[in-house]
Amino acid sequence: MSAESPKIVIVDESPIRAAILEEGLREAGFTGVVHISEMQSLLARIYALDPDVILIDLENPSRDILEQMFQVSRAVRRPVAMFVDQSDAASIQASVDAGVSAYIVDGLKKERVKPILDLCISRFNAFAKLQDELDRTKSALEERKVIDRAKGILMKLKGLTEEEAYVLLRSTAMREKKKIGEIAQSILTASELLK
Amino acid sequence: MMTPLHIGFIPLVDAAALIVAVDKGFTAAEGLDVALVREVSWSNVRDKLNIGHLDAAHLLAPVAIASSLGLGHVKVQIAAPFNLGINGNAITVSKTLHAAIMDEIEGDRFDPMATAQALARVVAKRASRGAEPLTFAMTFPFSTHNYQLRFWMAAGGVDPDEDVRLVVLPPPYMVDSLASGHVDAFCVGAPWNSIAVDRGVGHILHFVSDILAHAAEKVLAVRQVWAEKNPEILASLIRATARAAEYTEQPQNRAEVARILAQPERLGVEADIIRRTLDGKLKISPDGTTRESSRYLLVGRDQAARPDPVQAAWLYAQMARWGQTAISAEALKAAMAVFRADLYDAALKRRDTGTVPAASLGPFAGPDFNPADVNGYLASFPIGRRPSAP
Repeated sequence: MSAESPKIVIVDESPIRAAILEEGLREAGFTGVVHISEMQSLLARIYALDPDVILIDLENPSRDILEQMFQVSRAVRRPVAMFVDQSDAASIQASVDAGVSAYIVDGLKKERVKPILDLCISRFNAFAKLQDELDRTKSALEERKVIDRAKGILMKLKGLTEEEAYVLLRSTAMREKKKIGEIAQSILTASELLK
Repeated sequence: MMTPLHIGFIPLVDAAALIVAVDKGFTAAEGLDVALVREVSWSNVRDKLNIGHLDAAHLLAPVAIASSLGLGHVKVQIAAPFNLGINGNAITVSKTLHAAIMDEIEGDRFDPMATAQALARVVAKRASRGAEPLTFAMTFPFSTHNYQLRFWMAAGGVDPDEDVRLVVLPPPYMVDSLASGHVDAFCVGAPWNSIAVDRGVGHILHFVSDILAHAAEKVLAVRQVWAEKNPEILASLIRATARAAEYTEQPQNRAEVARILAQPERLGVEADIIRRTLDGKLKISPDGTTRESSRYLLVGRDQAARPDPVQAAWLYAQMARWGQTAISAEALKAAMAVFRADLYDAALKRRDTGTVPAASLGPFAGPDFNPADVNGYLASFPIGRRPSAP
């Protein structure tokens, strides 16, 4: 293990999240970062890389493969222990909430591991937030399309201007205590049925 | 007022009692509002249970013991007041390995001693021509699958740490790995053995009930401190699960139970494959040969649901045999204390059960297991990784 920068392996099937994490680690001065996205022969690759820290996302079934490293084996260079020891319940909570787990080779000092894990947790959380925003943007776009089509139907059937069609949608939504998107969707459904 | 509970499970047929308890409304009838949480790894189930993200979980029986003893991970005292399954695993081998074993076998192909000795000859021949050792996959270091594979092959003279490679593989990857030749055999629970046979890539060589007549497989696990804080809730959960286990075992309910388990958010595999496991009637070869056993998987039948501390002691003895821990009288006692027959009896108000002896382990090789003399028991096995006595 180098005294300057521990060797870190990221096991994650999501290339974007891994890239976000890798970038963060490099910015923080951790230069020895390797990303494994292929789960085939995972353990053999890890043994070959001989890392000091392994970070793996919790949705990855291959996590159980890593548990094997705790076992006495001829192939293991040195025993491996999970960083989150019993005194560190807060770290376990935070990492599980973020969806990441860390395995640390014995001998790496805890104070050197903490910044790695903290960074990992914050990047995982940032990724989840991004994902969430992306999902919301997508559904907002979908809703916009639905409203536009509903307006078109109203304009055609009732001879309204675009603005009048929108006002009608909005006032109906307010009266029925529903979202404009829902009213627009029911107009599309009704017009499909009445075709 | 319903009590909300989060319960974790791995999509396997032996989660049946828990899934049926929730989906048939037995937990709701006990005033429990259960959210079943499907997990992808035993490590996740263990960690989320340990930190309280889950109130209870479908858990490998050996993991409940390892957590309580602090083996391989954080020490968290676990209570197992209900056995979700006895047996239920099988050993599946590739077509090539199956042919090699059948070439070498002397005796009944369902006799595990005959297959283990044949395996030893296959292994020796491979070694003599300098071939790569065979690779056997199992699900977790602290799993019955690991111990059943080891127990079987060691009886035939194969050292599982020296003569073959024994690796952990998540169950969903097993069939593909067998097909691609990355592994030569695996030991796993249902439905994965049947899927391998259906895809024509493997043969079921043994039901694990060939190796041990009765082996505790999965337990309903809670944290000890949680059990102490919530005795009424736990008793309600035990009752609902017991009712579901009984329901699952009724032959007339099996089609419905298979459908419930087959749902995408539960196991997400075909009901027909699940049904075979519940019936204990499995296709064992791609040519369509079937084999039947009344002991293939027990969910609540024959007292299967009542935790038996002798089972915990046997699992602890396997951990010691294979070098996962050193033997101590104190740890043995702690391991046995994880299996809480007392909580089971109290919840179901059964006073008679304690007087009926639990079904014995019935190992196919070696002496009968005696928890009072684990050292003597282990000394009778020539192959093992026990640290030498001080």
